[in-house]
Amino acid sequence: MADPTGLRSLQEDGQASALARSPAPFRVRVGRSLWNAFREMPWPTRACASWLVLIVTVAIFADWIPGLQDPNYQGFLFGKSKTLDPPSMEHWLGTDNVSRDILARVVHGARTSLIFAGGVLLCGLVFGGLLGSAAGFLRGRFEAVVMFYVDVSLAFPALVFFLFAITMLNTRGLGIMTVAVALLIIAPYTRIARANSLSVSDREFVTAARAIGTSRPRILVREIIPNVYPTLVAYSLIVAAVLVILEATLSFLGIGVPIPRASWGGDINMARRDIAINVWPMIPPILALVATILSVNVVSDWLRSNAASRSSAL
Amino acid sequence: MAGTGKAHLRRPEEVLLRVEDLVVEYPAPGRKVVHAVSGISFDVKAGETLGLVGESGCGKTTTGKALLQLLSVTSGSVVLDGTDLTGLSPRDMRRARTDLQMIFQDPISSLNPRRKIGDIVAEPLQVWGPHSEVEQVRMVDEMLEAVGMDPVQARGRRPHEFSGGQCQRISIARSLVLGPRLLICDEPVSALDMSVQAQILNLLGDLKADYDLTLVFIAHDLAVIKNVSDRVAVMYLGKLCEVAGADDLYDHPAHPYTGVLLNANPEPDPEAPLDLEIREAGELPSPIDPPSGCRFRTRCPYATEKCAAEEPMMRKVGDDHFVACHYPTL
Amino acid sequence: MPAENASTPGTGPVAVSAGSPLLRVDDLHTSFHVAAGEVRAVRGVSLTLDRGRTLGIVGESGSGKTVLARSIMRLNIGGNVSTSGNVEFEGRDLLDLPLKAMKNLWGTELAMVFQDPMTSLNPVVRVGRQLTEHVRSNLGAGRGEARQMAIDLLREVRIPDAEARLRAFPHELSGGMRQRICIAIALACEPALLFADEPTTALDVTVQHQILNLLGREQRDREMAMILVTHDLGVVAGRTDDTIVMYAGKVVEQAPTRVLFTEMRHPYSEALLRSIPRIGQRSHTRLSAITGRPPDPIDIPPGCPFSPRCPYVQQKCREEPPPLVAAGDGAGGASHLSACWYPVGTDAGRDAFARNLADRLPQTVVVAEGSEFAESAAANAAAEATAANGSFEGGGA
Repeated sequence: MADPTGLRSLQEDGQASALARSPAPFRVRVGRSLWNAFREMPWPTRACASWLVLIVTVAIFADWIPGLQDPNYQGFLFGKSKTLDPPSMEHWLGTDNVSRDILARVVHGARTSLIFAGGVLLCGLVFGGLLGSAAGFLRGRFEAVVMFYVDVSLAFPALVFFLFAITMLNTRGLGIMTVAVALLIIAPYTRIARANSLSVSDREFVTAARAIGTSRPRILVREIIPNVYPTLVAYSLIVAAVLVILEATLSFLGIGVPIPRASWGGDINMARRDIAINVWPMIPPILALVATILSVNVVSDWLRSNAASRSSAL
Repeated sequence: MAGTGKAHLRRPEEVLLRVEDLVVEYPAPGRKVVHAVSGISFDVKAGETLGLVGESGCGKTTTGKALLQLLSVTSGSVVLDGTDLTGLSPRDMRRARTDLQMIFQDPISSLNPRRKIGDIVAEPLQVWGPHSEVEQVRMVDEMLEAVGMDPVQARGRRPHEFSGGQCQRISIARSLVLGPRLLICDEPVSALDMSVQAQILNLLGDLKADYDLTLVFIAHDLAVIKNVSDRVAVMYLGKLCEVAGADDLYDHPAHPYTGVLLNANPEPDPEAPLDLEIREAGELPSPIDPPSGCRFRTRCPYATEKCAAEEPMMRKVGDDHFVACHYPTL
Repeated sequence: MPAENASTPGTGPVAVSAGSPLLRVDDLHTSFHVAAGEVRAVRGVSLTLDRGRTLGIVGESGSGKTVLARSIMRLNIGGNVSTSGNVEFEGRDLLDLPLKAMKNLWGTELAMVFQDPMTSLNPVVRVGRQLTEHVRSNLGAGRGEARQMAIDLLREVRIPDAEARLRAFPHELSGGMRQRICIAIALACEPALLFADEPTTALDVTVQHQILNLLGREQRDREMAMILVTHDLGVVAGRTDDTIVMYAGKVVEQAPTRVLFTEMRHPYSEALLRSIPRIGQRSHTRLSAITGRPPDPIDIPPGCPFSPRCPYVQQKCREEPPPLVAAGDGAGGASHLSACWYPVGTDAGRDAFARNLADRLPQTVVVAEGSEFAESAAANAAAEATAANGSFEGGGA
């Protein structure tokens, strides 16, 4: 059937993916409707979406990109290149103050951001989403316990917790940073999921399911959760932008990923030290960071306004 | 608390469903209690359609949900074919629900927007069996066809692709696929376009005959209730006012409230006599603090002191015609 | 309000000559542009309304009746609306009027009562202020004077204990009481024309009866013209002078109300009246249902919009839209209009029906026989037809 907006099928199919039983034709449909959605975007949005696709792709395949240098290879140690080289055929974006290839640093920095944001979001979506959905539907003591956890967690000073964790464990790294922030993100996800679950539980189709004699776990899985997740996914887009900034900030402050690992924030910090000598190495990671945040926000705004017009038509 | 009497109940062995002294109360802010349903009794014979009519807030929807134990019943009994549903464990009650089903007012909101029609109608089968997929598809198709939908076209679509009337058909298919004996219809046509209402009413009539259904039909529209019902019970503020055969009730209303309702019903006939008197806007009594005695007395033109002091009991005023009023208009 | 123009009529019918109608709408079109296309809500409606007359506009959801009322009052706002045609009110063209001049008309000359009395009142402002604010800004009355007017108005709409009610918030009142207050606000500046848009749909039947009685009496006492928009044929019967039946953005039939109910000419009006259950019928009377459902406002069929569901449909109906013309020599005379090539009750209509019956056209068979088989066949056919023409349901809502 002709899909007048394209987005409609994007929404429907996108959300059903967890439940889809026949993956092969399904994947084809998702691909096509994403493409339709892309074609409908105005060109600035389209540019932003393209940037996101590009950054995610290179982050995933960083190790396999032909010709891309090792981000930690310091050419000057072997007399191959100098520090603070300007862009050249050999180093498209030049080299930094310890003569590492800046392009490789930016690409691998994207990978760090992606792992961090992805890990945290996944954790929030899975644990927060499930806890919140169950709390809103089951109510009673379970809800009370979950919400108590949420309130305590939200009252917790997050930065203090994070510093405490890295001090106690005496280690820094992408893993510990992801886990620490993930633990903190569960609470807001739980809260949003519960609010949605409460309103979904009041809808008549849930009463209808009860009237059929469906068991409560089954209602939770079949009726509640599929209707709670779209909101969580929309929320995740906003959170994603914040997480990318957070990773850069922590690394910039020197409490994020440890030194040789590539990170936009860490590299900006490195470049900052030699800013009086050469500004250039600072610019690519800053541009990458700004472009990514802007793109996430522009694309999520577009999705939200288009999804809103769709749901009002329902 | 005294009910409104049981003179209108028939012998237990004659009826499929017998509700006695049903009370549903729930807490309101400020340690108050909402008396949503206050001791009503009624029964439905197998194959009969009972119409439950009343204005908003009279407790008719609460009654419907209480029959299925979808909300907690304060006291009273709901006996379906010899089994008291109020005494069942949650597990047994889930099983018992296959015998009595409900369709809801808002057809679009009563279908999960993220599931396909085939899935929605098959849901009861997935819970209760048969579990063979072939068998399920066959039963779903048969049911969709019975409600006038093309199964091949409908199965793979989602609810938002259908109109309100079609969604209500799908809802009906889902409620009938397990072969229930009693179907509770809560305002099934009031959210539909006028030109579609008749389709659904006729469909319910046909299905009732085809599947030997017993219906409890809840609505606020007097004409709709008359059209579908064998017997009609009029509710006001959590109590029953009058119970009688459909034609009898409309021809000879005995309770003043029934009279008021009939008088106010807009008939599509310019020649019909219109009562054009304008009364003062009255405060409707609240179910948190219902009037003593007869609950209708605050709006009743015939009310006396007796009505405030003494609650009228259901009594017989004619052949299968019962009214709870001290001064019936018969 | 300072007199801006000597010819602006005040409260009485003095200034307007007997010949010209109060309201004349000519070929009004209103469309909404949405992502899925153009929703053509009103497609060429013409009507006239004299002073002190009542007009009922009947239609289902999506028929364009509410949009029509709002277009006349210019209440359709938003960048995606386009309205064309002519709306002449007391000799002025409302569609060409600057918004400022329009604001002077709202409340004083044109007023509206909406469906939901809860949302049309401001929930955080006391009833008294909502009433007096209106009186004061539009008539320039002083505080005390306005208060007295408000009390009088509440008494007039039969709200007991009026003085105390002025201090109430809307949520402290019952639905019927709130609607009475909305009526009082609408009547405050003695409008010449009152729109009542489904004023009783959200109310219980006993309250509805009272509100309709109230509107009827105010309309007569004030010699005010009234347009009553409703989906319920029972509401217009006996309460309006003339009735318009709308379907898919067009007027399909228009007649004095009594004539309309006795000599329906358009198959849609006839089918609608037949399909609704009535108290006068015996219980279990089989209803003569209309097959299918109203058309998608984005994709209205060419020809007569009712043709896919019509028991009298002929090939011509599917191709050429029928014009709204005098419906023949009935009791309504020239004031009875209908848009049908094969009107009910004429020889052409009877022939068309017989032909369709011979061809076993489902919607015709349903009407003729009312048999179960025919109906489910028709429902199937309708389901197919609707499923085929897409998923845009509720887009016009």
